Amino acid sequence: MNLQNKISITGLTDAGRVREKNEDAIGFDSALGLVVLADGMGGHRGGEIASSMTVDKIIGDLQQRLPEIETGEIDEASGFSMESICIQDAVVAANELVYNTAEANPEHKGMGTTIVVLQFYNNSFSLAHIGDSRCYRLRSDKIEQITKDHSLLQELIDRGFYTPEEARNSMNKNLVTRALGIDPIVMPDIQEDIVLKNDIYLLCSDGLTDLVEDNDIYLTIKQFSANLEDAAKQLITKANQKGGKDNISVMLCRIDEDFSTKQGWFKKLVGWFD
Amino acid sequence: MVAKLIMTSSSGEQTEYELVNETTTIGRKPGNDIQIDNLSVSGRHAQVITILEDSFLEDLGSTNGTYVNGKLVKKHALEHGDNITLGKYQITYHNAASGGEQDFEQTMIIRPGEAGMPEEAGGKEIDKSVQKISAAIASEAASAAASPMSNREACLQLLSGANAGKELILTKALTTIGQPGVQVAAITRRPQGFFLIHVDGGPNNNVPKVGGSPIGSNAHELKSHDIIEIAGVKMEFYLK
Repeated sequence: MNLQNKISITGLTDAGRVREKNEDAIGFDSALGLVVLADGMGGHRGGEIASSMTVDKIIGDLQQRLPEIETGEIDEASGFSMESICIQDAVVAANELVYNTAEANPEHKGMGTTIVVLQFYNNSFSLAHIGDSRCYRLRSDKIEQITKDHSLLQELIDRGFYTPEEARNSMNKNLVTRALGIDPIVMPDIQEDIVLKNDIYLLCSDGLTDLVEDNDIYLTIKQFSANLEDAAKQLITKANQKGGKDNISVMLCRIDEDFSTKQGWFKKLVGWFD
Repeated sequence: MVAKLIMTSSSGEQTEYELVNETTTIGRKPGNDIQIDNLSVSGRHAQVITILEDSFLEDLGSTNGTYVNGKLVKKHALEHGDNITLGKYQITYHNAASGGEQDFEQTMIIRPGEAGMPEEAGGKEIDKSVQKISAAIASEAASAAASPMSNREACLQLLSGANAGKELILTKALTTIGQPGVQVAAITRRPQGFFLIHVDGGPNNNVPKVGGSPIGSNAHELKSHDIIEIAGVKMEFYLK
């Protein structure tokens, strides 16, 4: 199913006010309902290479594989949809590519990237991520962070040393506990969820979330929700006004129409209540 | 600049302790890094964990408690100037680095194992002990990552309605429950656990309840033995 007219997608990336280079990379395929964002790290252009290589590889692999599967089919062993399995495979393949490239080029040793992959299908989505780039959902006047960072800060919050508010002032930001391209094998966190009409999904790098608070992000998107490009621009402007100390990437997806396939999820409901 | 604790005894005498180790223990018994020989202080009273520029105070189950700026704390992220009270003793936390502009913006990866931090650590030298504790946390995080999704099997058992007693094992990453047009909810499996999500409340906008209270529009994390109510049917969620 072509999702071009069902979901509006926009993406912007900005170097910010301090960095010379932009090590973030973004990409999407509107027809497939596929959105990818990466925040690279590592010196000597390594970060740029890792993030752009990863985005290209994942989109390329999925453009090839997704049309071959049956939408929403479940893999018995893992309980995941085939879309999730394809995304996982693409992330693993991208990891191998970045890792091997770094091994072959000593000046790129240690390069890596965060990754967020969001794939819409059959009124639902598969979401995979590694690192501290995030996905948020705006639904009925609320914003919710639906990925959980792989970062030292998050680990400290989990251990009760910080409240999320206190964590904002910590100096130990930007330490990720998982990244793509650093080790021969990496596993993304994967989740699936239902999509509702008028939901807005935000993918972003920490250049936004370190500087602009969740509620501010929510109010900005709400204000400009009719024009996603304006909303994305405004979010980047806000981060830059607060110093723009890192690269800032923002991708927004708005669900405009139902996109259930014939074998919709309603039909797959457990027939308990009948 | 190393952070330090400055202790003032009841007689007004001051002693400085530099926080150079990942863990600094404070207590009455010998063997503590900071020993306070006073009965108002527990044998093992509290500890300070230092990671890079930040320090964390943790009470170790002391009798008289640990106070920061007059407030009883179990765990606390220390800030420059914090006043810690242990029994009759006052300790001030000093961190010259805090509050200043940090040259620490470059994203780095903490890796499990001895490799520790990458070399380019924002131009700062990183203490070996910091590498150790960060690596320990990273390794825990990595082992959690190695077993993605809760390994434990989750189940729903119907408690009311025609099918009471019936059990559904949540094998899928996403399970929808309810009656289209009346009320639909979904249970999604995230790396940190299972979450209940309100999808469609039907004409009366019914929201699923957990433990008798309606959940919000955000995902609600389920705990084992939570009682869920959807479309008037009660069911128990539990982890096997």
